[in-house]
Amino acid sequence: MPDTIEASAVPNVFTRAMLGWVPFLEPLAEAELTPHHIAALIDAARAKSEYFRLLARDPDALEHRTRTDKDIFYNPEAGAPRADRELAAAAVSRFNGCIYCASVHARFAATYAKREADVDKLLAEGVGAELGERWNAVVAAAVALTAIPMTFGPEHVQRLRATGMDDLAISDIIQAASFFNWANRLMLSLGEASADRGPNVPSR
Amino acid sequence: MDVIDTLVGVTPGSPLDAVRDGRKIARTHAQKSYEVLLTPAEPGDFSIAERFAVAAYVAGLHRVEPTAGYYRTGLLEHGGALAETVAKAITETAAEGPKGSFPAGPLSTEDTPAPAFALSPAVAEALGPKLLAAFAHTHYLVFHPRDAAPERFAPLQDAGWTLDAIVSLSQLVSFLAFQIRVIAGLRVLAATP
Repeated sequence: MPDTIEASAVPNVFTRAMLGWVPFLEPLAEAELTPHHIAALIDAARAKSEYFRLLARDPDALEHRTRTDKDIFYNPEAGAPRADRELAAAAVSRFNGCIYCASVHARFAATYAKREADVDKLLAEGVGAELGERWNAVVAAAVALTAIPMTFGPEHVQRLRATGMDDLAISDIIQAASFFNWANRLMLSLGEASADRGPNVPSR
Repeated sequence: MDVIDTLVGVTPGSPLDAVRDGRKIARTHAQKSYEVLLTPAEPGDFSIAERFAVAAYVAGLHRVEPTAGYYRTGLLEHGGALAETVAKAITETAAEGPKGSFPAGPLSTEDTPAPAFALSPAVAEALGPKLLAAFAHTHYLVFHPRDAAPERFAPLQDAGWTLDAIVSLSQLVSFLAFQIRVIAGLRVLAATP
């Protein structure tokens, strides 16, 4: 990946490198966390994360966000392979412009698919990159759901079906792309990526 | 049937019911997210009427039925006095997305101008300062979130938004960006043999 991120604390290119994240608003202090907050973090280790301690200001919203997220991406029962779900997340992040989110999910997509070069092409060229038919179909569907007005139509479903996906797999792509329209807006607006700050946010 | 099922038209025992059950935890907690963001037991500094006003605005900006209609009805129930004003705000600030600017550098060639948030004085006045600040923030989150900056919170704080309520507002708008797309996507899936 380009070296230019070294020159800037705020990364100005898409990258698979590990980035940090700095909040714009004050998170709750660790000492302020009540049992309600800690339960909402789901994983107790997230008490170390400024991102999750900021979201803990609305603990119920945080809890249900996290449980929704985990099932969409981590549920291994049938449906789309993890790599395709992560690709949808990376494509939405590339299109919306969330450099931080794209870095995390590009890493996951590259790792699960073992397709680093294609993922780097998506990051470098954008959502029009040529990635082979199956991934092109996933990216096109994710972009069509993200645009306002949305352009997602029967042709996107048919194209995904033609790659061998069943309805649960297509629903996984729809939910993964939709979820990153949620995640991108929180990550982008509540703080910013930082290249000179160590990775400090659990993956999601 | 939850809100997503209702708006997609999922009926018990249908193929799409089985698809949604394949991600049962997501199904449950997407609905819980809706409940805690729109009708929380303790709304704090962000009233239920204000939440439905923001939701009707977000759904209206996405220009998709039946979701926009669902939140128009919700606003009539929970904050009816604002319904006409919110409808006008949607018309006056309609735009396309995603837009905005990247941190200066190689990606600057991809920058696109942020859509204006320009309300008529009458609509701005009818919203009042607190909702006006919320709608300006919402418009940016919906259409050009990559234009993020810490300065964007100052108008909210000046209008009386607490940090907790700003997080709830951010979650509400962002959650709706998810819910609206899941509904639209699953409707297409259900209608495509």
